[in-house]
Amino acid sequence: MIARKTEQWVINIVFIAISFLCLIPFILLVASSVSSEDSIIQNGYTLFPTEFSLESYSYLFKEPAMLIRAYGISIFITVIGTVTSLIVMTLLAYPISRRDMPLRNAISFFIFFTMLFNGGLVPTYLMYTNVFQIKNTLFALLIPGLLVSAFFVILIRTFFTMNIPNEVIESAYMDGASEFKIFARIVLPLSTPVLGAVGLFQLINYWNDWFNGLIYITDSKLYSIQVLLNTILLNAQYLASNTHFVEDMTSADDIPNHGLKMAIAAIGVIPILVTYPFFQKYFARGLTVGAVKG
Amino acid sequence: MSSRVTGISLKKLKKYKMLYLMLIPGVVYLLINNYAPMFGIIIAFKDVNFAKGIMNSDWVGLKNFEYLFKTEDAYIITRNTILYNLVFIALNLVVAVALAVLLYELKNRFLPRLYQSIILLPYLMSSVIIGYLVYSLLSMETGLINNTILPLLGRGGVMWYNDPKYWPYILTLVKIWSTAGYLSIVYFAAVVGIDHEYYEAATLDGASKLQRIFKITIPLITPVIIIMTLLQIGRIFYSDFGLFYQVPLDSGVLMPTTNVIDTYVYRALLKNGDIGMSSAAGVYQSIVGFIIILISNYVVKKINPDNSLF
Repeated sequence: MIARKTEQWVINIVFIAISFLCLIPFILLVASSVSSEDSIIQNGYTLFPTEFSLESYSYLFKEPAMLIRAYGISIFITVIGTVTSLIVMTLLAYPISRRDMPLRNAISFFIFFTMLFNGGLVPTYLMYTNVFQIKNTLFALLIPGLLVSAFFVILIRTFFTMNIPNEVIESAYMDGASEFKIFARIVLPLSTPVLGAVGLFQLINYWNDWFNGLIYITDSKLYSIQVLLNTILLNAQYLASNTHFVEDMTSADDIPNHGLKMAIAAIGVIPILVTYPFFQKYFARGLTVGAVKG
Repeated sequence: MSSRVTGISLKKLKKYKMLYLMLIPGVVYLLINNYAPMFGIIIAFKDVNFAKGIMNSDWVGLKNFEYLFKTEDAYIITRNTILYNLVFIALNLVVAVALAVLLYELKNRFLPRLYQSIILLPYLMSSVIIGYLVYSLLSMETGLINNTILPLLGRGGVMWYNDPKYWPYILTLVKIWSTAGYLSIVYFAAVVGIDHEYYEAATLDGASKLQRIFKITIPLITPVIIIMTLLQIGRIFYSDFGLFYQVPLDSGVLMPTTNVIDTYVYRALLKNGDIGMSSAAGVYQSIVGFIIILISNYVVKKINPDNSLF
């Protein structure tokens, strides 16, 4: 009995240590964002602010247009992208889930093959920029690579096949319901678990995406929050040369650069940290839904 | 009689017409986003001249590939891509299975869920955010490691972002930090699915805890382990672009240990505008990657046909 208790303690200590390792970088980031620039220059980034100060945030919010815009773009593409993606993917998954659908296997293979082979970045980039001209448009953040994932389509199809009895569809059809009505009124309401899981993943994928921004967006007016963060991190001069920040400052040296970097990153990550406790349950569940049939 | 039959098939046609219409948006998207670029691999066999247009540019056969494989880069990016992936797969496996087994040993209802959600959190972060987090630790002027941890150990600062030799370790740690939690959730689900009677029988026979773990838990989740691992091996020619581009801050000095095929293709295309080299490297990746996926699927099928992809 005592041995069992010690064992439980040991396991708990291991997990507390691991949890701490997972959280340290976030603590460091947030603590540094509320430290004064002088204390950062003196002590570096610390896990606890040696001198509490909101100067980095007050600089950021002095001219908030850039951040608000980037946030607006991120929210817009995340909402529109996730909704469109769910609609297109469920519409694609439903017909191939129907056992009586002619050409069902051929269409499934057409979708599945995209997981095995791809043309790579060069043709994709040249096609989207030269043929479809999506460079520096919002379409660049919504469409390439993200909208339809074969993996999710197959996941949704498998859910439809396993959980929606053919008899239900048959009898609705006998009662005179149209195909689309059956899909919208019967199939979709029965599929909320898989739609929720896929929707959550797409929400995260769109919110986190910066690659499309990196390759297709050069106009800073169209920067999403991730692209803005990326530019600031990789281009040390970006903040200093950004007119919004320099206008009402005597010289570029006055910018609390070290703290500002952390404050901007904190603004990017805090929404996720705050909402995570509410959706983590669905997220963990969704991961295992997907893992059952890779 | 015959009109009745026709009536039914017309009705059927109408029935499937709706289903076919539903397919259209997704099929059109895949044709554009996925299939059109597959035919675009011909670019690698051309000397692209925008004045002539891609289709009318001159064929150069394998010239682009010859140039690519003459460079030292071709060897470096192939080596880096494969070695990093092998190390990631092996370490992630060990860490994730250990976490899953330990989680299962906890006899508390609430704590395992709490730990799970904490170790899963890094998986949610974009590589941009991960780049910032690593920077806050490793920054040479202001990072936590140079300013707090190394002085505590009585050591001076290290120029992390200037020396490629540190990066295999840094990138591996970052990768484990960000993905082992996710994999452990998958393995944990498998462990929870094990029939409890095995453990009861083993306990009655006097098996120790370690014996139960190594003789029951691990053998019973082996099918899941094999599948998850082979899926990752199938992708061994592809890398997490953000990890190799963003976390080393796109630094040229670090490239000997941070350049992989994906970052090479990106830089050749968008930084150097070298369509020949980048498309050759891209096609090299697509084709070798395709072969590896086919082989790994073949192996899965041999082991357990239910778990193969196709």
